[in-house]
Amino acid sequence: MKYNSVFDIIGPVMIGPSSSHTAGAARIGKAARNLFGEEPKWARIHLYESFAKTYKGHGTDFALVGGLLGYETDDTRMNQALVTAKEKNIDVQFIEDSAAVDHPNTARLVIGNDTDQIELVGISIGGGKVEITELNGFELRLSGNHPAILIMHNDRYGAIASVTKILAKNEINIGHMEVNRKDVGKEALMVIEVDQNVEDTILKELESADHIIQISKIVS
Amino acid sequence: MFRNAAELVEMAEKEDVLISEIMIRQEMEVKDKSREEVYSEMEKNLEVMEKAVEDSLKGVESVTGLTGGDAVLIQNYMKEKTPLSGNLLMDAVSKAMGTNEVNAAMGTICATPTAGSAGCVPGTLFAVKNQLNPTREQMIRYLFTSGAFGFVVANNSFISGAAGGCQAEVGSAGAMASAAIVEMAGGTPQQSAEAFAMTLKNMLGLVCDPVAGLVEVPCVKRNAGGSSLAIVSADMALAGVTSRIPCDEVIGAMYRIGKQMPSSLRETGEGGLADTPTGRLLKEKIFGMSV
Repeated sequence: MKYNSVFDIIGPVMIGPSSSHTAGAARIGKAARNLFGEEPKWARIHLYESFAKTYKGHGTDFALVGGLLGYETDDTRMNQALVTAKEKNIDVQFIEDSAAVDHPNTARLVIGNDTDQIELVGISIGGGKVEITELNGFELRLSGNHPAILIMHNDRYGAIASVTKILAKNEINIGHMEVNRKDVGKEALMVIEVDQNVEDTILKELESADHIIQISKIVS
Repeated sequence: MFRNAAELVEMAEKEDVLISEIMIRQEMEVKDKSREEVYSEMEKNLEVMEKAVEDSLKGVESVTGLTGGDAVLIQNYMKEKTPLSGNLLMDAVSKAMGTNEVNAAMGTICATPTAGSAGCVPGTLFAVKNQLNPTREQMIRYLFTSGAFGFVVANNSFISGAAGGCQAEVGSAGAMASAAIVEMAGGTPQQSAEAFAMTLKNMLGLVCDPVAGLVEVPCVKRNAGGSSLAIVSADMALAGVTSRIPCDEVIGAMYRIGKQMPSSLRETGEGGLADTPTGRLLKEKIFGMSV
């Protein structure tokens, strides 16, 4: 089921005016920041359909950037996020994109700094709830409701087992897991939703496991 | 876990508890939290709702000036005259609109189930409260009952205007409020489902056509419609009136209607009221000025 908590329905507490276009947008921005691991220096944000048509009126622009700055949905600094980003010299660009998408509230964020960048697609499905549907070209389905770890790895035998073994050893239960690869033997992505936040020491251990390229996490 | 309204009602009847109790137990199980934790989280939401209504009655205005101040007008009218539709109903309308005026002014609100439809649940709660004199616990339960039905809609249909039109937002919100009013007034779980169905039936087909794409016109006044319908349907259900089409089938109809709605009527600000001469003029005026 898409929604599993009563607080998805009665909530979130948020700065108006729109749960999907403001609160949801902030959550997509925050997820992008979490996945990137730090505050980006620049962001190119593509908006589609309803997001593209109404983003100025709904504050979707400042909310996405508020999320990139690490704000929660009820942060009162939200409507000043564009100004704050400018003061911090974060280069933000919005692109109204007319490409066809599956969901009317879709944003594609390419964010980065001088050396690294990530690209992800987020959809805002209503009531402030969001899903990340694409990361660096990999399709996935990440709600952001649970803590999660995302592991880029090489498509080799044993890669998944080495990760799950470390999680088991640290008594971390896996709630949902999916594995996706670009091609046989090439880069692959493991998405693991867990019940509790994963400590940095465990992430370090995972990083040193066989065939692992990069790890990021989402704190719920 | 209940998947639809029929299962929700059946669970409540079988265990001889309120709908709110089923929702509370499920939340405790899903989130592995204690009753106190779940309760206090909901109480925080209730406090945000109370504060938003309080703020609105001091008078607010949105950045564009399109909305704000109507909640106060209605309260003043109630002091000076006897509203034809009754004090309780107009009080709900005033507080529902007030909540959405605060939302449009980028104030802090609690989405129920969305921000654009955030007025119906608290608006009716704070109005019905004056007649039913609920305990604090019953007020918190009101939100769990609303949430239980909202949960069913969200998982079987949609709750966003961009996905399914305003029927999915204010339609769901008003229907959720009806179900909660019935429980607070001492009705049965089945009567809650009947009230929900009757409100949603009257909201089917409602499009999402915000002027200039803003959550202001007609959103604020649609919350007035949603909250008044919520009270009327609750009264009908408490009187013993039932919906000929069962609750879950009404939700299914809402889903299919939403799927058939063109994108111009799903929160793109392109059709309906947004596309009237005045709607277009307002858009030009607002964005000519502020962007």
